[in-house]
Amino acid sequence: MSEESYSYNRHVIDYIQQAAERGVYDIRGMGAKRRLPTFDELVFLTASLSRYPLEGYRERCVTKTILGTRKAKRPVELATPITIAGMSFGALSARVKEAIGRAATAVGTSTTTGDGGMTPEERQSSKTLVYQCLPSRYGFNPDDLRKADAIEIVAGQGAKPGGGGMLLGQKINARVAAMRTLPEGIDQRSACRHPDWTGPDDLTIKIEELRELTDWEVPIYVKIGASRVLHDVKLAVASGADVVVLDGMQGGTAATQQVFIEHAGIPTLPAVRQAVQALEELGVYGQVQLVVSGGIRTGADVAKALALGADAVSIGQAVLIALGCNSRHYVRSAGGDHAWESVDVTDEYRHLGTEPGFCHHCHTGRCPVGVTTQDEELEQRLNVEWGARRLQNYLNVMTMELSTLARACGKSNVHHLEREDLVALTVEAAAMAQVPLAGTDWIPGKKSY
Amino acid sequence: MASVAPTVEFDLDQISLRELNQFLHHDLGSGDHVEITHPNGRHSIAVGIDADVDVQIRGHAGYYVAAMNKRAHVTVHGNVGWGVAENIMSGVVRVKGNASASAASSGRGGLVIIEGDAASRCGISMKGCDIVVGGNVGHVSGFMGQLGRLVVCGDAGAGLGDSLYEAVIYVRGQIASLGADAREEPLSKSDISALVELLDQAGFAHEPSEFKRIASSRTLYHWNAAHLGSYG
Repeated sequence: MSEESYSYNRHVIDYIQQAAERGVYDIRGMGAKRRLPTFDELVFLTASLSRYPLEGYRERCVTKTILGTRKAKRPVELATPITIAGMSFGALSARVKEAIGRAATAVGTSTTTGDGGMTPEERQSSKTLVYQCLPSRYGFNPDDLRKADAIEIVAGQGAKPGGGGMLLGQKINARVAAMRTLPEGIDQRSACRHPDWTGPDDLTIKIEELRELTDWEVPIYVKIGASRVLHDVKLAVASGADVVVLDGMQGGTAATQQVFIEHAGIPTLPAVRQAVQALEELGVYGQVQLVVSGGIRTGADVAKALALGADAVSIGQAVLIALGCNSRHYVRSAGGDHAWESVDVTDEYRHLGTEPGFCHHCHTGRCPVGVTTQDEELEQRLNVEWGARRLQNYLNVMTMELSTLARACGKSNVHHLEREDLVALTVEAAAMAQVPLAGTDWIPGKKSY
Repeated sequence: MASVAPTVEFDLDQISLRELNQFLHHDLGSGDHVEITHPNGRHSIAVGIDADVDVQIRGHAGYYVAAMNKRAHVTVHGNVGWGVAENIMSGVVRVKGNASASAASSGRGGLVIIEGDAASRCGISMKGCDIVVGGNVGHVSGFMGQLGRLVVCGDAGAGLGDSLYEAVIYVRGQIASLGADAREEPLSKSDISALVELLDQAGFAHEPSEFKRIASSRTLYHWNAAHLGSYG
């Protein structure tokens, strides 16, 4: 058998042949699929003799998290540092947004609107709701702005820093089209730049405008996609942000070009460290909070992000997975209280050209489990009560994993986790996170220790 | 005899912007007249009003004056910075002088009148508001306009109406160039009626038939690599 080329392997050949055949580049959902440095390459130095652990299930470990203490009259107060990232109504159905809101409210965290505006279902179900101000301004209005508990100005997104989005026509039903003031069924471009400000000087004035509009009541977040993190975080702070939301390369999207998803921006691991460095150099660490997103999957990821200096994390793709994304089945009520029966939809994945566990076909609007769809029949497959319960479980599990690790490091507050608690398993991770390589005191790039 | 609504006066040399805006948000009575003096180019003056009131700003204003306005009639007796009437919902905002970039950007309703010139990106991302500019507009005006009408009594800069959706632009003077997917179309009777109405409201005595209609050719509504030349 002849040898497969490394440079022109079967995947590359398929890409070239598909591009030649169809004349379009791939647009897809979710985040980067290539192998990237992750928090898995860090481990905790938990307590033994040199550190004193707390009893795992008995001793109190605080998870309370406060965001937006810099200038707002009413900072956001959460029971856990795990928040829900912005995801649009349009990409997701109103039922999914409601399920997310219910789960977030039950565990005491915030959820976030997205491109397309705020739905009544989402506002009603979410105790703490962050309202995004996006370049498209789809559905953006002062009434919803005043209903928000915080405002997030989105300057960029980890899946596509520097790029806009594209919600394909098949997801634009009458309600989505009306909220976005556009015709039904057309491809909806989400711009990459805001219409009324360009650089950080303008952003300063934009933030002031939003504060004046809301009587300085609620915090203003600025979300950036991770690329030139050190500079961008400093500029966000200089512009007056209360909270910087940093979205790494693993962050998801409803639909954008594959070339963006896989080839733009930097992974979350080095991005966190650079963001913290920026806050420290400005002397605002602790005054301006840092929320990190992009590939946060487990309580361990949360703990490591906090140890590196983040105040909170936000999750998006993991939320969808908890709601059944990439599952072989969806469930429907079997009549009794909390009785469910599974319906296998493997064939529907195959019809999309994929399999459960590999799907990223959010952009098609044909989600077999009813999560990323606007189709009337498909969206019914997500039972709101079932979804909310699942997501609530997942958020609780992650919070418990987080506090378990914190206790084992001797911390009575998850926010007391620190960089000194971590070591890296690879030289690359040690260099990116600026923590020692495990078993050494060597931090790449540092001359003395 | 009908009662006369009171005039409330604010001197921005004497009170803070925050005090002014909080009054406008919470303490206005229907039909009130508000006089604001010494704006001196301050940003975010009279943002977020939601009341049937008349507001007169005596001087130049900075960015975002009368942003997200609902119902109020706001007049600026001077020039304005970026984003005048940004995301306007309803009501009328009139600028007696010139406007800088992104006038009425993402406006969803209401009427914005610029008696002088408007700089680049006038009406960018507009979503249902009407805009009448007495003079010229700068480059890429009407960019990605989704709904509403932009009337330009003077000339338009390069890239007019780039990536338009369903907004319509009327231009009386010269157009430096059209943007991607924008095209000139013949004026219909409904266009003439619209122009009569808008010019009358703005107070400009131009002949509607002198205007050109610019709208989307809708060829870019569905993404296709064959349109590569148009995207550039």
